[in-house]
Amino acid sequence: MGEKAEQILLAHGSGGRLSHDLVGSSILKALPDPVLEKLTDSAELELDSRRIAFTTDSYTVRPLFFPGGDIGRLAVCGTVNDLAAMGAKPRFLSLALIIEEGLERAVLDRVVGSIAAAAREAGVRIVTGDTKVVEKGKGDGLFINTAGIGELGDGPGFSPERIAAGDKVLVNGTIGDHGAAVISERQALGIGGLASDCAPLWGLVKSVLDAGCKVKFMRDATRGGLATVLNEAAAGRSFGFTVSESAVPMREPVRAFCELLGFDPLYMANEGKMVLVAAPEDAERALAALRAHPLGRDAAVIGEAVPAPAGKVFLATAVRGRRILDMLVGDQFPRIC
Amino acid sequence: MCLAVPMELMSIQGELGIVELGGARTEVRLTLLEDPQVGDFVIVHAGFAIQKLDREQAEKDLALMAEVFGDGTPGGR
Amino acid sequence: MKYLDEYRRPGPVQALLEKTRQALAGRKAVLMEVCGTHTVAIFRSGLRQVLPESVELLSGPGCPVCVTPNRYLDQAIAYGRLPGTIVTTFGDMFRVPGSSSSLEREKASGADIRTVYSPAESVELAAQNPDRHVVFLGVGFETTTPGVAACVLTARDRGLRNYSVLCGHKTVPQALRALASDPELRVGGLILPGHVSTVIGAEPYRFLVSEFHIPSVIVGFEPADIVQGVLMLARQIAEGAPRLEIQYRRSVQPQGNAKAVGFIERVFEPCDSVWRGIGNIPGSGLRIRSEFAEFDAEKRLDAEPEPEKSAAGCICGQVLRGVRKPSDCALFGSSCTPTAPVGACMVSSEGTCAAYYKYGRES
Repeated sequence: MGEKAEQILLAHGSGGRLSHDLVGSSILKALPDPVLEKLTDSAELELDSRRIAFTTDSYTVRPLFFPGGDIGRLAVCGTVNDLAAMGAKPRFLSLALIIEEGLERAVLDRVVGSIAAAAREAGVRIVTGDTKVVEKGKGDGLFINTAGIGELGDGPGFSPERIAAGDKVLVNGTIGDHGAAVISERQALGIGGLASDCAPLWGLVKSVLDAGCKVKFMRDATRGGLATVLNEAAAGRSFGFTVSESAVPMREPVRAFCELLGFDPLYMANEGKMVLVAAPEDAERALAALRAHPLGRDAAVIGEAVPAPAGKVFLATAVRGRRILDMLVGDQFPRIC
Repeated sequence: MCLAVPMELMSIQGELGIVELGGARTEVRLTLLEDPQVGDFVIVHAGFAIQKLDREQAEKDLALMAEVFGDGTPGGR
Repeated sequence: MKYLDEYRRPGPVQALLEKTRQALAGRKAVLMEVCGTHTVAIFRSGLRQVLPESVELLSGPGCPVCVTPNRYLDQAIAYGRLPGTIVTTFGDMFRVPGSSSSLEREKASGADIRTVYSPAESVELAAQNPDRHVVFLGVGFETTTPGVAACVLTARDRGLRNYSVLCGHKTVPQALRALASDPELRVGGLILPGHVSTVIGAEPYRFLVSEFHIPSVIVGFEPADIVQGVLMLARQIAEGAPRLEIQYRRSVQPQGNAKAVGFIERVFEPCDSVWRGIGNIPGSGLRIRSEFAEFDAEKRLDAEPEPEKSAAGCICGQVLRGVRKPSDCALFGSSCTPTAPVGACMVSSEGTCAAYYKYGRES
């Protein structure tokens, strides 16, 4: 009889001995932390700042593993980047796992290892968590939720309200990488040359802020991509945005992927890209600070806030035409027409 | 009604081929082509190569276009 | 990206636009882009805003999704409700409303509906799931049909007993004949579909010039292609000399791809076909030859679709024929929007109404 790979059972989520074994061997071993190890009902923490940012996100990506990352890395970076976008230094994360009965232990260990590596890279501690197991067929392998606490400084904060016509829009690098990689894996298209850009961005953001740049607004361009971030920022406001198509950085394989399948790269998900809106006099300095950072080598100024048409986003196309960049309706699908 | 892109045929395995555009590679079916060769550029639609790109014609057209662009006088040529 | 980027440079495109302005010399040109992919390409590249004002563009019926009648979708949905079936479809069809549901909604209700990029994926799915029946929704014009035909032949060669196609394929030349014969249509020139023509060549369109004297150019999809195609039409109009020309010469041979056409003819045969909003166009459809009946979903599966309903007030048909614009429709932008589409023109990625809604609403 062959060896069956060890699997997660319902009993691993029931709170008894198997649960303790799972937490001990699969979680604590990979995520050593003095607070986490106490396994108290809540983590007791000390912060340096009086003002904090607090965020949560759930991760349901399929497939669990893709070129450039996996659900674990995503779960850390996504939440860290939501804090970074507010100008908050990420400090602590919670980690909740909802595991489908039958998931291979080795898969879980690989994901947790990835979480540990990403947390180290991001400089955050995982201080509390939870594990549940749901019946086979009810869970899609693995779902993760992370909540994050970050420390805010004393500045005016980052919000679309601060944006004024004339402000410049920057992005720290090539767009569409994550969306292309995941879709290619998920649909088993076997398109080589793609990899997710999943990365923690606080260091990058900090370097721009430390350079003294007057940044008005930041957002990580995840689901819905660059176009969605800008649409959300402009909605209902007294300004709009113009984006220059030829200024938007993109890797050739991602462009090719979009051509082949009829996707619009401006709406594709990113997991290591921050959109920043900065005062025009600081745009060059912000660009230089981004480019000096390893995660910002391909940074570019891609557009600006304009007084009209307010609330809308327009694209100046590569052939010097113009079109509106509207809100997405739903997910893009590969198309043949 | 037809999204199709030109891709370079990098290798052939029977009816299948590996094609590349901008560093992205994928597999296509060459079933609809007469005698495809490695190095051909093919028009790819829904996983099938539907025609070979006429490279000589493309280069001629591009040269003509460069002439149009290169001509400084409005309405020239 | 080779053979793409060169056709997207602003210099040549702007120069060609200028030449078009000169060629027209103030004359008005009403041109129909037959093909939905052209509609989208013209919007996406921003050309719509910069073409000379005297060029008016009408969108035509070349959106295979838009012209697929409700009944086809209803039949696909009925198959999806059969236990043990997997319905596979191009992504384009996923959100299109049928009489009362859509493939997207059916999936949400538990039906096994999967989007594919290539029809070949459905054949693989059938091979890997011998206990399920895999139906492929065969929609599309002559660009797509050869590949589907090849898949039917592959399925036969591999002895697959659990694979079939619901054939909704249509052909372009007969539809163009119906369009050209329409007394309501006022069109000065036709922008013909470059990729359909890659397969069928130029000769099937000869009648447009010989019988109807309509300037016709077979055009590619990059910005420089489109503007060059418009320039060629402008010149024909200015000279008063309608011709059939190929702009997209790197892809379209006058004789097309005979091998690909051969695949179509091997597996399919012409039949009458109902085009949504237009009605029956004789000889404009394809059906699976009786020799391949075992791969014909309509012969293999037994599932009655619901009675076909059409939405009141929807004028998709007139929009598809180019005799009305989306803005002429009372439902456009109010009760018919991309999030809640009434007709296929709004939900299809290249539907005229969707394109106008997405790209055309500017102050």
